[in-house]
Amino acid sequence: MTKLTYTEKKDTRSGFGAGLLELGRTNPEVVALCADLVGSLKMQDFIDEFPERFFQIGIAEANMMGVAAGLTIGGKIPFTGTFANFSTGRVYDQIRQSIAYSGKNVKICASHAGLTLGEDGATHQILEDIGLMKMLPHMTVINPCDYNQTKAATIAIAEFEGPVYLRFGRPKVPVFTPADQKFEIGKAIKMIEGNDVTIFATGHLVWEAIEAEAVLAKEGISVEVINIHTIKPLDVQAIIESAKKTGCVVTAEEHQMNGGLGDSVAQTLALNLPTPLEMVAVNDSFGESGTPEQLMKKYGIDAENIVKAVKRVMKRK
Amino acid sequence: MNKPSIETLEKTASQVRRDIVRMVHAVNSGHPGGSLGCTDFLTALYFNIMDIKKPFDPDGRDEDMFFLSNGHISPVWYSILARSGYFPVAELATFRKLDSRLQGHPATEEGLPGIRVASGSLGQGLSVACGAAQAKKLNKDDKRVYVLMGDGELDEGQVWEAAMYAAHCKIDNLIATVDYNGQQIDGPTSEVMDLMDLKAKWQAFGWDVIESDGNDMKSVINAMSLAKSLSGKGKPVVNLMKTEMGAGVDFMMGSHKWHGVAPNDEQLATALAQLEETLGDY
Repeated sequence: MTKLTYTEKKDTRSGFGAGLLELGRTNPEVVALCADLVGSLKMQDFIDEFPERFFQIGIAEANMMGVAAGLTIGGKIPFTGTFANFSTGRVYDQIRQSIAYSGKNVKICASHAGLTLGEDGATHQILEDIGLMKMLPHMTVINPCDYNQTKAATIAIAEFEGPVYLRFGRPKVPVFTPADQKFEIGKAIKMIEGNDVTIFATGHLVWEAIEAEAVLAKEGISVEVINIHTIKPLDVQAIIESAKKTGCVVTAEEHQMNGGLGDSVAQTLALNLPTPLEMVAVNDSFGESGTPEQLMKKYGIDAENIVKAVKRVMKRK
Repeated sequence: MNKPSIETLEKTASQVRRDIVRMVHAVNSGHPGGSLGCTDFLTALYFNIMDIKKPFDPDGRDEDMFFLSNGHISPVWYSILARSGYFPVAELATFRKLDSRLQGHPATEEGLPGIRVASGSLGQGLSVACGAAQAKKLNKDDKRVYVLMGDGELDEGQVWEAAMYAAHCKIDNLIATVDYNGQQIDGPTSEVMDLMDLKAKWQAFGWDVIESDGNDMKSVINAMSLAKSLSGKGKPVVNLMKTEMGAGVDFMMGSHKWHGVAPNDEQLATALAQLEETLGDY
């Protein structure tokens, strides 16, 4: 494998905006809805080209989910855009009844997920959204890792029939996946091959895992890094195969420990191949104001904490 | 196609009312009060007002569509759907039973023809109807979208988000009806949560408002015909339709007590004696 590196940083939400614009040009059934956050969600380019296919809902997220469900009746493919907090917790019952239980082809696109939203603080930093969404029958849950992957995921979910939760973030982060990499829902991607331990990471934590690997490699530890961009359906086969090879695993995510990727991996391994596991995630706590870097350090979800988790789990082998 | 006469519609409504009390009695659960109150409206809608196609098309292209937001009155909707040919009338006997397509509240999961979205958790239907109506506009489909809500349901904030949205977006192919029976589970709406001047509220939100009597077939037809004539003029239309909970069965009328209670054997017999069997029981 070639060494993973990057030359620029971009926000994943801009990847969403670029993907949406491309969909506008290639799929006439795609429509977009927004709850008064067009700038934050990077939807302006789509609106400029396709004003008649954009629906401004105002600050009324419950109505947005219902309107999106209604638009699918008649064949539209609605993409809703707001912050992750207002895309999930605020409208859980609307998603549950009008979208998931009704099997509606709505794409719930959520920016500003997790701690890295930063200074706005805990009211906006949802760390429970993956759990909320993965519990819903029929729901697919995707958390891409960088600009390119978010753009590719946005395009891919339009081709997929069924409700999808697409989670991305606010800050500029390294762009390290290929621009031409096709996004396959539910198919984990091996970023680095290794033998001693596996790190299963999702979203912004994939890059942190890659940085952790570089530190651990210098100490002679062979780390496998796998990008679990789709939390549901989970790539069970990839998880079991890698755990079988390395014998211990670390999960890493910008989410609560309860209900996140770590839970899903732990469930898979407990049922199929009990394996020592450590979780890098927020431990039953709300966030607070601060810069993304400060918050990731304080709440224990950066490369440094992944390194520590790897050392802990290897002792349990 | 010739529209059925008022007399024919009334006969259909009588049979639907028999279906409702029999369905609810058979499983000792369900919601007869609101179902009976909305029987005349739904009979008129499906057999006279709406332009609908069969077999059922989930996308509802080039036909009128109906959404039931107050999903608990599923018995009346199921009876209407069966009696208008969407599925066999005999299937009404499976209402609320295991493995049935006729769930306690309407659902799409089991594939019952006639239903396009699940409802039951209140306040969501108007939003869905707005989206479906906007999809019709995008598709250059000139048919209409109808939605029924309960008046107790208007306590839900989402209804008013959708009301604001529909007027702002000039969704004028949308006709909403409020089952204005003045009752909700815990008592009269005036005591539980006073709706106050409901007409003024909808007008202030930018809707054309009609007021009507929902338990007189001629009045229902006239009100919905008026609603159709008002649509397509830049505003959504709402019909504030006064009904009596339990209409057609004397001992169920005028109280919230029959909202979600089934009649016993004796009460069923009393109810059926008041309702002519016109199309044959299922």
